[in-house]
Amino acid sequence: MKAYLIRRIIHSLFAVFGVLLVVFLLVRLTPGDPALLLLPDLAPPDAVAALRKELGLDRSIFIQFWIFLQHVVRGNLGQSIFFRQNALKLVFQALPTTIFLTFGSFLIALIISIPVGVISATKRYTIYDHLTLVGVLLGQSMPTFWLGIMLILFFAVIWHIFPTSGPGGWKHYVLPCLALSTYMVALVTRLTRSGMLEILNEDYVRTARAKGLSERVVIGRHALLNTMVQIVTVLGLQIGTLLGGAVITEKVFALPGVGTLIIKAIELRDYPVVQASVLVTALLFVLINFLVDILYLYIDPRISYVSPEER
Amino acid sequence: MSRRKKDSPACTTVGKAQTSHKLPLLLRLKENIGGIFQRLLCHHGATFGGVVVIIAFLCAIFAPFLSPFDPLEQNLASRLKPLGWTDPDGHLHILGTDQLGRDVLSRIVFGSRVSLIVGTASVLLGGILGLILGLVSGYFGKWIDDLIMRIVDITLSFPFIILALCIIAILGTSLFNLIIVLAITGWVIYARVIRASVLSVKEMDFVQAARAIGASNFKIILRHILPNVVAPFFVISSFQVARMIIIEASLGFLGLGVPPPIPTWGNMLSDGREYLQEAWWIGTFPGIAIVLLVLGINLLGDGLRDAFDPKTYLKE
Repeated sequence: MKAYLIRRIIHSLFAVFGVLLVVFLLVRLTPGDPALLLLPDLAPPDAVAALRKELGLDRSIFIQFWIFLQHVVRGNLGQSIFFRQNALKLVFQALPTTIFLTFGSFLIALIISIPVGVISATKRYTIYDHLTLVGVLLGQSMPTFWLGIMLILFFAVIWHIFPTSGPGGWKHYVLPCLALSTYMVALVTRLTRSGMLEILNEDYVRTARAKGLSERVVIGRHALLNTMVQIVTVLGLQIGTLLGGAVITEKVFALPGVGTLIIKAIELRDYPVVQASVLVTALLFVLINFLVDILYLYIDPRISYVSPEER
Repeated sequence: MSRRKKDSPACTTVGKAQTSHKLPLLLRLKENIGGIFQRLLCHHGATFGGVVVIIAFLCAIFAPFLSPFDPLEQNLASRLKPLGWTDPDGHLHILGTDQLGRDVLSRIVFGSRVSLIVGTASVLLGGILGLILGLVSGYFGKWIDDLIMRIVDITLSFPFIILALCIIAILGTSLFNLIIVLAITGWVIYARVIRASVLSVKEMDFVQAARAIGASNFKIILRHILPNVVAPFFVISSFQVARMIIIEASLGFLGLGVPPPIPTWGNMLSDGREYLQEAWWIGTFPGIAIVLLVLGINLLGDGLRDAFDPKTYLKE
């Protein structure tokens, strides 16, 4: 277990290194002088020269990378060209919206998909099951942003139940979270259904029924609990996908999150902000994946993460 | 979803004919293409999906003949007109017009071109790259495997769309760049799956035998390994095309896809979002087009997976 933990940490550090490398190269690979890219258009020549010196642009690429790492550790990713603020600070201001959206959708997906999947599996081939399957298929084929537009059209423009867009109270987050969670709802419902179907055929489920346990206990404790292991794996991976999907959802609903910031920064060629937001999102992604992996250890005692040689 | 027409005798015999083989299905890929095709036809979903995909391709190829108007022709006098609007010259705009007076239906028909070009080209490019790297990684192992898998890990440590945005920030927007971006971000999934398949195939007796009689690595990979990883390759490819079409539309929606005035479904949806209050049809119909196409491709993918997978058809 300890060995696994160490291996997993090394793995994550490697990913962090990769993220830093890509963000570093982002500005270096863009045609033009990085110092000019990182400064406003009409920056005075001495400011350009100063930044060139600060970034070490006159030195080798390895030293530049080393200087970049030092800057990252100190939280200095430069000034936003457009907003005239510390780029990293801008990202941290936008981060809560994105995180809220991601976890809101995650919760919705969890609450809807598991019961629906379980019922669908226990009532196989009924009209309920067929409807679920059609819903799953549609949910997996719908682009998040189009669903968002349709939700706005019906719930905001036609029925006036929720606000159309923009930040605000909890009502402003209902439609975005629904739109963002749909793909995941479809995916997890399908997995729960197929997982349950498989397990309901297992011998121990038959035994449980034979010894007279109530159907609730059989399905809840024996079948669902074992399906959960499989589901949790996918759930963990999907948090990352939600994080990416949040970028588009924010744009649809005009929410001031990291996604909106990143897109605006790319449009304005505000490279310090692009760097900072890509860095923060990717690091968050690595962190989530790491935590999920560790979480498995506690969820499923059968997974020991010990390689055969160590056993 | 994956049930076949049970009443049709042809469909049940297709499965049975295959059960007589003792060898894995794909060792006999050549003889089985007919069988796979037949099983696809027996699969309701896949048939529907196939029809949708064929229609979409026909739309893209014959767009100039099918679309009633020039998709780029602007006419501010007839902007934001609703469904079924007839212009003063007596021409019918079935799906109305957009904020610049362009015909929505014509733009949807032409938009299929970008979606299909980007979807297939990026999957082709990314797929071949991933296939080669997966084969090399799985077959040779050692440091080259480590290297390739670490690159895969790093690529996967970015949320897909963020990585795509990152590369667009460097390359700028154009049709060609978009294909490159999606290929660069999409190859990893192939590399992973193909590598895993290679690892299991390479230990099989026939590979050992080929090695024993002195076949070169190149020949072993081409003749003995490749035919056995073709099935997962095609199955992933079909799902990837659907995924790439959605991502292309998303990037177009964000204003970072193929630049205007070229009509794309993503661009149209972005206009539709802006004019949602006045003209709901601009944003609704391109979305329906995307859903239909993606649904069709997914169904076809499901069918392909079932048709290729011996486990699925042997069960029934």
